[in-house]
Amino acid sequence: MAYDLKLRIWRGDASGGELVDYSVPVDEGEVVLDAVHHVQAMASGDLAVRWNCKAGKCGSCSAEVNGRPRLMCLARLSTFPPGEPITITPLRTFPVIRDLVTDVSFNYVKAAQVPAFTPSKDQPQAPFRMQQVDVERSQEFRKCIECFLCQNTCHVIRDHEDNKEAFAGPRSFIRYAELEMHPNDGLDRRRLVQEERGLGMCNITKCCTEVCPESIKITDNAIIPMKERVVDVKYDPVRFLSRRGRTKPG
Amino acid sequence: MADYEKHAYDVVVIGAGGSGLRAAIAAHEAGARTAVICKSLLGKAHTVMAEGGIAAAMGNLYPDDNWQVHFRDTMRGGKLLNHWRMAELHAKEAPERVWELEQWGALFDRTPDGLISQRDFGGHRYARLAHVGDRTGLEMIRTLQQRTVSLGIDVYMECTVTDLLKDGDRVAGVFAYWRESGRFIVFETPTVILATGGIGKSWKVTSNSWEYTGDGHALALRAGATLVNMEFVQFHPTGMVWPPSVRGLLVTESVRGDGGVLRNSQGRRFMYDYIPDFFKAETSDSEAEGDRWYTDKVNNRRPAELLPRDEVARAINNEIKEGRGSPHGGVFLDIASRRSPEYIKKRLPSMYHQFMELAEVDITKEPMEIGPTCHYVMGGVEVDPDSAASIVTGLYAAGEVAGGMHGSNRLGGNSLSDLLVFGRRAGMHAAEFASGLSSARPQIAAADVEAAAAAALEPFEREGGENAYSIHQSLQQVMQDLVGIIRREPEMQEALATINDLRAKTAHLSVEGHRQYNPGWHLALDLRNMLLVSESVARAALERKESRGGHTRDDYPMTDNDYWGKRNVIVEADRDDHVRVRQQPLPVPPPELAALLEEQH
Repeated sequence: MAYDLKLRIWRGDASGGELVDYSVPVDEGEVVLDAVHHVQAMASGDLAVRWNCKAGKCGSCSAEVNGRPRLMCLARLSTFPPGEPITITPLRTFPVIRDLVTDVSFNYVKAAQVPAFTPSKDQPQAPFRMQQVDVERSQEFRKCIECFLCQNTCHVIRDHEDNKEAFAGPRSFIRYAELEMHPNDGLDRRRLVQEERGLGMCNITKCCTEVCPESIKITDNAIIPMKERVVDVKYDPVRFLSRRGRTKPG
Repeated sequence: MADYEKHAYDVVVIGAGGSGLRAAIAAHEAGARTAVICKSLLGKAHTVMAEGGIAAAMGNLYPDDNWQVHFRDTMRGGKLLNHWRMAELHAKEAPERVWELEQWGALFDRTPDGLISQRDFGGHRYARLAHVGDRTGLEMIRTLQQRTVSLGIDVYMECTVTDLLKDGDRVAGVFAYWRESGRFIVFETPTVILATGGIGKSWKVTSNSWEYTGDGHALALRAGATLVNMEFVQFHPTGMVWPPSVRGLLVTESVRGDGGVLRNSQGRRFMYDYIPDFFKAETSDSEAEGDRWYTDKVNNRRPAELLPRDEVARAINNEIKEGRGSPHGGVFLDIASRRSPEYIKKRLPSMYHQFMELAEVDITKEPMEIGPTCHYVMGGVEVDPDSAASIVTGLYAAGEVAGGMHGSNRLGGNSLSDLLVFGRRAGMHAAEFASGLSSARPQIAAADVEAAAAAALEPFEREGGENAYSIHQSLQQVMQDLVGIIRREPEMQEALATINDLRAKTAHLSVEGHRQYNPGWHLALDLRNMLLVSESVARAALERKESRGGHTRDDYPMTDNDYWGKRNVIVEADRDDHVRVRQQPLPVPPPELAALLEEQH
């Protein structure tokens, strides 16, 4: 079953680079990341790439494969047209460090700005009583493996570097949604996410949802409900006045 | 003069998995200036791969569960070679550590009463594992990561430690390089906590990621600390076997905990042919009784599939060897015929996803093909159970890199709880030690920094030598073939000779390119650690002339309780990686704890 696969891999650094052609033997059942490893072992030991689990669980090996943002460890070679070369380039939204490795610190900066989970006054101390049905919505968002494919794909920042300051991105929005829907969180972050994290800049084109390897419904289940909840707090005068001591919707 | 940046801390933690982050949080909360150094990005540590759950006797589903039962299960699972005090502390403190995660935002699956749900696992008398589907490790790492970030603890990501620096017999600092730039970085610190995880990347079929190169084990040895239990390597019974590119990838024990069974090519549930006397009293003797146990644990005993991992791995190995394996050299793990598709997808979403994406197998419709995979090392740095301190002043170890807690075999679910319990203890005690120092803090010698820098850059100085990738592949093959599940003296001698040859080759390897994000260089440096740790395993395995837990000798097939049941094998090395082994008496539990071990089910 082994055959020779042609690869075109972007090599370079912050100062520039180019696509370089490789041909490596691959085997049945292999994925794009295997092919990249063959290049490292056989042709170019200094080819830079991030990876860890090789099982779609850690979210390290994100790249653009034939122009499509995805995890290289889940991209099976058998799903590509036979005989055609596979092109691998680094994530476009983040600055290149070297080869397929980009500077993803943007995402860590945004994560550090999220006010942490804070238990409610009703149940300040674990163990908490929470029903399965009530934790499930937030559990969906906690499936996130932080591959940052959604951040990379989001057109608000993909081609608009200057939006990065004001826009936290889909990964960050599902974190705000997760905390907002946590049955025992006592903080209200709705104004913050709207006014300082750029929730309003999202115009729900669902590109993030399409690339999520965990199939999290980022737009439908997190961003749109967050936009609705923001409307509640910002524009409903009665609810605005009674906001203190409110019970969270959900 | 080497060019480097310099930082000063009270506590430096190496590793950002479960134990490293828990240690950093504890040290920070105790008032210490704390830093975490990790080889990958924050949140990518191997803990993320843990699937099944965190073992803690909370008694949410079975009120009869308590720390004494958990202690007993842990010690028996380790074939009584565990350090009793570690097993005791672990069993007592695990519930508090789980609730703490909930306090920090973790969202575990719930019982109908709204408490944290608990699931069955091998070797545990009661359903005991707090979990989130089959992605518990991800939940744990994210919770600890978010806590670490919200506390403002300094994290040095994609930064690799190559040397511990000492002042006389005390820890004085850490020498590291940034992976991104290849530039050097020196940390002045009176305490270092090793939380580097395991060593599995020295085997060919493994569930471990590239980070698992035994760095902490090697750093400890070179700094003068001792390792214990290194002959005990856990081969998880269920790794994927097909397709070849995913061989070794973990299939969670939860599949069996949730009702899955093992069958050979004849369709036989073969685990009932392999129940050892040691576990007869607590294991069902018929499939029917085993099946009833899932819903009635009072009147029935555990299914044979839920024996501890060493027993199951050996049984699978034997079925394959005797020609009753599956088409791709494994056996069958079947949950499709035993549980509904809805149940399987709800309880095992990652497994469903993993087999669908990587093997095109629908586990709700057909059985999985699985076989043993190198998963965990029970051995590690010998530590004081209460403080996690090694014998080197200022050096601590927690999590997989520490030894003693699991004896000769670790029970599933006991790793995540181990990380939390001993990570916290290491952080607290390191911080306390650092705060107790007067102005006389240990000093780093400039010559040591120069030597560390020279050693790190050495691979660039040669051309035309062998490349690190091929040496690594040779090492993986030799450890797989000669120091695997079943061991024999001549084979291990052969392995030692090969390791010696590979070490010679490593001294002459060369790397291409420059220092900026160069995986070939990184691997060349990691290889030194893998070779030292592989030799430690082989020498300890040669020394222990019996079979027990994760150490099976074809030439000494019996368990020898009179002699080896009372001894640990200790590994030491010098700065030049010369390894020595010696025997040491096993600590004896006090009578009230020993009595718990005798109690029959």
